[in-house]
Amino acid sequence: MPQSLFQKVWDAHTVRQLANGQTQLLIGTHLIHEVTSPQAFGMLRDLGLPVLMPHRTFATVDHIIPTNELVEPYKDSLAQAMMDEVRKNCAEFGITFFDRATGKQGIVHIVGPEQGITQPGTTIACGDSHTSTHGAFGAIAFGIGTSQVRDVLATQTMALGRLKVRRIEVNGKLRPGVYAKDVILHLIRQLGVNGGTGYAYEYAGSTFEHFSMEERMTVCNMSIEGGARVGYVNPDETTFAYLKGRPYSPTGAAWDTAVAGWKSFASDPGAPYDDVVKIDAATIAPTVTWGINPGQGISIVENIPSPETATSADDKAGIIEALAYMKLPAGKPIKGTKIDVAFLGSCTNGRLSDFREVAKYLKGRKVAAGVKAIAVPGSQIVALQCEKEGIDRVLRDAGFEWRAAGCSMCLAMNPDKLIGDQLCASSSNRNFKGRQGSPTGRTVLMSPLMVAAAAVTGTVADAREVFAVN
Amino acid sequence: MALAKITSVTGRAVPVVGNDIDTDRIIPARFMKCVTFDGLGEFLFYDVRQDPTTGRDTAHPLNEARFKGATILLSGANFGCGSSREHAPQAIQKYGFKAIIAESYAEIFFGNSTTLGLPCVTAAREDIEKITAAVEQDPQAEVVIDLVKLEARCAGQTVKLAQRESARDALINGRWDAIGELLDGIPAVKETARKLPYLAA
Repeated sequence: MPQSLFQKVWDAHTVRQLANGQTQLLIGTHLIHEVTSPQAFGMLRDLGLPVLMPHRTFATVDHIIPTNELVEPYKDSLAQAMMDEVRKNCAEFGITFFDRATGKQGIVHIVGPEQGITQPGTTIACGDSHTSTHGAFGAIAFGIGTSQVRDVLATQTMALGRLKVRRIEVNGKLRPGVYAKDVILHLIRQLGVNGGTGYAYEYAGSTFEHFSMEERMTVCNMSIEGGARVGYVNPDETTFAYLKGRPYSPTGAAWDTAVAGWKSFASDPGAPYDDVVKIDAATIAPTVTWGINPGQGISIVENIPSPETATSADDKAGIIEALAYMKLPAGKPIKGTKIDVAFLGSCTNGRLSDFREVAKYLKGRKVAAGVKAIAVPGSQIVALQCEKEGIDRVLRDAGFEWRAAGCSMCLAMNPDKLIGDQLCASSSNRNFKGRQGSPTGRTVLMSPLMVAAAAVTGTVADAREVFAVN
Repeated sequence: MALAKITSVTGRAVPVVGNDIDTDRIIPARFMKCVTFDGLGEFLFYDVRQDPTTGRDTAHPLNEARFKGATILLSGANFGCGSSREHAPQAIQKYGFKAIIAESYAEIFFGNSTTLGLPCVTAAREDIEKITAAVEQDPQAEVVIDLVKLEARCAGQTVKLAQRESARDALINGRWDAIGELLDGIPAVKETARKLPYLAA
């Protein structure tokens, strides 16, 4: 009987059925960061429980870390307290912590793959909804709450109901100037922000087969924005090539054994799916959001929706609310909308290939007057590599601030925030009201190259025109 | 540890109308700079309850005196979408809410809430509108959420509720926090881990 990767990984990690019908699922790899873990350690102490498998939890610091003033103690004493807490907890419970001093610190979803901790056929959990990123390697990766962080620390398992699986096939070649980010923004627009509720998304088709690991991560990362808690791509030679030689990857004979095992987890031909969606890659254009959730997207050449064109009463209410917040004109082109801030970075688009692509086109160009542009590498390793390749120089010369690694303005828990109703062209993943640190701040999500185009023109722009991409 | 069997919730309700109310809106990220969940209740819906420019209270229903003391939150579709932050249901619970009735929930929020013993039930749009109309007319009206019969009663009306069976079972049988059961399974956990090459070593 052919099976999907989801089913195989789920079955291999099933410990037993619980009284309420949920599964006690073994979580092989647990990633933690400073924001959603301290309370979990507090709960462990209250219960007098140890960490069951401390060697299977890995920690870093990303959400609150400043990206320009790195000397401790931080000016923000609350941020410093969180930093101290994660250090203390890792030391006390014997957990590996990728602190800044290790040179391996970064956004948790960038660190895991970079270190080779993220592997095919495994289960991964982290107290962060973008944990779905790790599915790019053919892992089943769940974003969880803090009580579940406690559960995983104490038992290396959690209670979960099984998800359905939707296969999303994207076939064909993306048009020039169209990126993985556009693919996922397009999918969320098509399937809705809650279209994936109850599902794991299996991304497949020739577009994904040709994608690099970093492109696959960008798509899997935003599965949750479409309501899907889990998103994955079947492991293949691209996956294995990425993992070979990484610090936590198997070596020698163990490598060959591991690869054989990883291959066996890939979905079988003819595996059953609860739903199948097919998309032609050629229909996807550079996509930007105009509203207050990631499903409110349009291609750069479309007009901003107007309440009159709404498809339902709900849709109409949604458009009215979004346009009022975004202060955007109904029915007018999104292209040309003035921006105040350009943000390059995040667990969606803060990887080496993102900065390489931007640098390729940004050479010799300048950020428009009045635009604050910041580039935040996703990890210290990404930063270092960019610096070796001179990418940071290109960005600085253009007028971007080159910062240290962290989540930064994706959710603005550190000092990088929008002010007032500033509009930010952002390579991040969420355009919710107030997401980027100001209760009236406005976010337009887009690919990194589109952020670069917005930065140099000072407006939401078509990168294909601005940089003559063809 | 013995957990309460949550078979029903009775209280006054407040409608927070709208779809796709995300967890950033429920509790803005800046209030997550904390190492405990204490005190989160006061920041519930902070940025939509206070005008960011004037600092004055907005017309948000949680600011309305007539809804003070409500323990049941009414809302729309895809409630709790976005970030996995447990700070969101923690803030809702610490503010004083005991249950939520909405059209649908985001996956992670639903699980986080259930684990805290905060029942999230769903009802059809028109039924939520019926309850909303009743409490708009009489904010003192008592709403009863019956998890055993899966129905809500308010002002002489009865509407149907739904809830994922695993969550309903856990709530009514007092096993909504799975930690005890998960701990009991540790010998089996070790057995399962031994069979997986990446964990066996």
